[in-house]
Amino acid sequence: MSDAAGQPVQVVETHTPKELVRQPLVLNNRPLGWITEQVCSIVEGKMPKWWNVAFVVSFLMMLMCFGYIGYLITTGVGVWGLNHPVAWGWAIVNFVFWIGIGHAGTLISAILFLLRQKWRCSINRTAEAMTIFAVICAGIFPGIHVGRIWLAWWLFPIPNAHGIWPQFRSPLLWDVFAVSTYFTVSLLFWYMGLIPDLATIRDRLRIAGKKLNSGLDWMINRFKQFTYGFFAMGWTGSNRHWRNYEKAYLLLAGLSTPLVLSVHSIVSFDFAVSQVPGWHTTIFPPYFVAGAVFSGFGMVLTLMIPMRALFKLEEIITIRHLELMCKVIIATGSIVGYAYGMEFFIAWYGGNPYELYAFKNRAFGPYWWAYWIMISCNVISPQLFWFQWCRTSPWFIFIVSIFVNIGMWFERFVIVVTSLHRDYLPSSWGYYSPTRVDILTFVGTFGLFMTLFLLFIRYLPTIAISEAKGVTPQADPHHELGGAKPKQEGAH
Amino acid sequence: MSQPYAIIAEYDTPADIMAAAEKVHAAGYEKWDVHTPFPVHGMDDAMGLDNAKVGWFTFFGGITGLTAGMLMIYFMNKVDYDIVVGGKPLFSGFYAFPVAYEMTILLGAFGSLGGMFILNRLPRHHHPLLTNDRFAAVTDDKFFVVIECEDPAYEEATTRALLEGTDPQHIEMVEDAQ
Repeated sequence: MSDAAGQPVQVVETHTPKELVRQPLVLNNRPLGWITEQVCSIVEGKMPKWWNVAFVVSFLMMLMCFGYIGYLITTGVGVWGLNHPVAWGWAIVNFVFWIGIGHAGTLISAILFLLRQKWRCSINRTAEAMTIFAVICAGIFPGIHVGRIWLAWWLFPIPNAHGIWPQFRSPLLWDVFAVSTYFTVSLLFWYMGLIPDLATIRDRLRIAGKKLNSGLDWMINRFKQFTYGFFAMGWTGSNRHWRNYEKAYLLLAGLSTPLVLSVHSIVSFDFAVSQVPGWHTTIFPPYFVAGAVFSGFGMVLTLMIPMRALFKLEEIITIRHLELMCKVIIATGSIVGYAYGMEFFIAWYGGNPYELYAFKNRAFGPYWWAYWIMISCNVISPQLFWFQWCRTSPWFIFIVSIFVNIGMWFERFVIVVTSLHRDYLPSSWGYYSPTRVDILTFVGTFGLFMTLFLLFIRYLPTIAISEAKGVTPQADPHHELGGAKPKQEGAH
Repeated sequence: MSQPYAIIAEYDTPADIMAAAEKVHAAGYEKWDVHTPFPVHGMDDAMGLDNAKVGWFTFFGGITGLTAGMLMIYFMNKVDYDIVVGGKPLFSGFYAFPVAYEMTILLGAFGSLGGMFILNRLPRHHHPLLTNDRFAAVTDDKFFVVIECEDPAYEEATTRALLEGTDPQHIEMVEDAQ
């Protein structure tokens, strides 16, 4: 467009858009090297006293878990409280509980990555580690639940002398594939994220090792250089490598997203595909997935709040990070609450008397206490996060996160046990109670989980160093802190 | 016998390395690279790199997983051990889907990670750059341009002059100790 003199007419008035103040993801504009130093010093330094104490306690609990598993294997499943009519008890409850915990890690690493939520970069490493360790704890239970554990390999399609194959119409077999795929893919994703950070530690060790000539310190340094270097795969931060790396990371995130949704859906099929009133509902897959993410975020907060305080990581895992996680908890907690309500509605609206009875019995039958613990922990406690003070006080979040963990364990207990304990005929009614072995095996899995987690914070970078750097303004070539020339007046 | 491997230039900020990469790319070098502690946004364009090919590995991994899963279940439950359970069909794509779906994802994930390694020619644990002390900061907070001596356009004096024109903090030669 031009006026009579041939000069272009300015149609839209140019103006500088207002810059919205964005909360920084790493506080105080720390230089890039500071992030490296802060995270690597945990791995390179000596562990504080509390770590040693926590490790010994966790390790003993883990041994107790293995001891009770040994007792179970040598004696038989009779050592558990299982009997007719409740043939699925704590073992399945614990399995679903632990596998659900894992889901937050994948949500943070994959779904938040696809949604370009940059705040995930401070928490994804720890959350993914939590996923892997939780899936290990989960995997134990179906394995020992088969009764004759030496035949557990029948779960997998391995050729055998009987000439028989697994029966793929059963959702329990789908679960075998879902959980093992979930574990493997989570491990691959986690490892891939670790590669650049392992290279960071390798390079720091190499420089530190120059000052050592010989002796024990030198040998330890050489050994560490070799180990970290081996797993760093010769990473040099080449941009030609980063290009493929970022693409592969994006693809893994794209694959993990449908994976994480499918895993808990398939876990819910273990129940929903059966004909048992209280289990046979179509709402189960989304309801289980939301519950899993809810419980997982509870566990992430339980682990991360002490960790950030003890290792002085408050400037990388900021209050804003905690607040955002609390918001995810409100969202998923509300979905879970909605699902509880909808189950009751459909039980009434569906007109099936057995279904309706199963739900009335859940809330007001012999297991009423478990049901109301579940409701208060899962539906009521997360609603406190509507208040900003509740979302920004770490000690308070920590307490609520413990409630979430408890509530979600009880949810699985309610689903598994209350649906089974009263069959169609009163002659097959019963009341299930766990034995000492049930309880202490489960308590012991927390020892296993914490042992693995403590080893993780001892030997691996707890924050994804390269990713945390990548979201700072210092890493942006178009930002002044990234070395860009100051903006000209009027330019935009 | 050690021989020169490459000339490296060190920079302090992503903006500096971006400007340097544009100049080196414009000068027509081929065997050169930019090394950074994290992926710098826009660097692929500055270096003139096209889209990464990892997706093909993922795709073929996924296709293999889906096909292998379906065929495995067909063979096991319909051909080799055909037993009717609960009146259900011997084979149906519906009941076979969850397992085949998980296998699609499993092999797709292996394809992505494996494809990344193959395309990057990794693992490569012995690399001349990994013996250079200054270069160790590349995984911390420094940025490097590396031009290999094998590049057809490489000529010590002109290449060094080109790099000096990009305001680096430091320039040095890296030897390949073979």
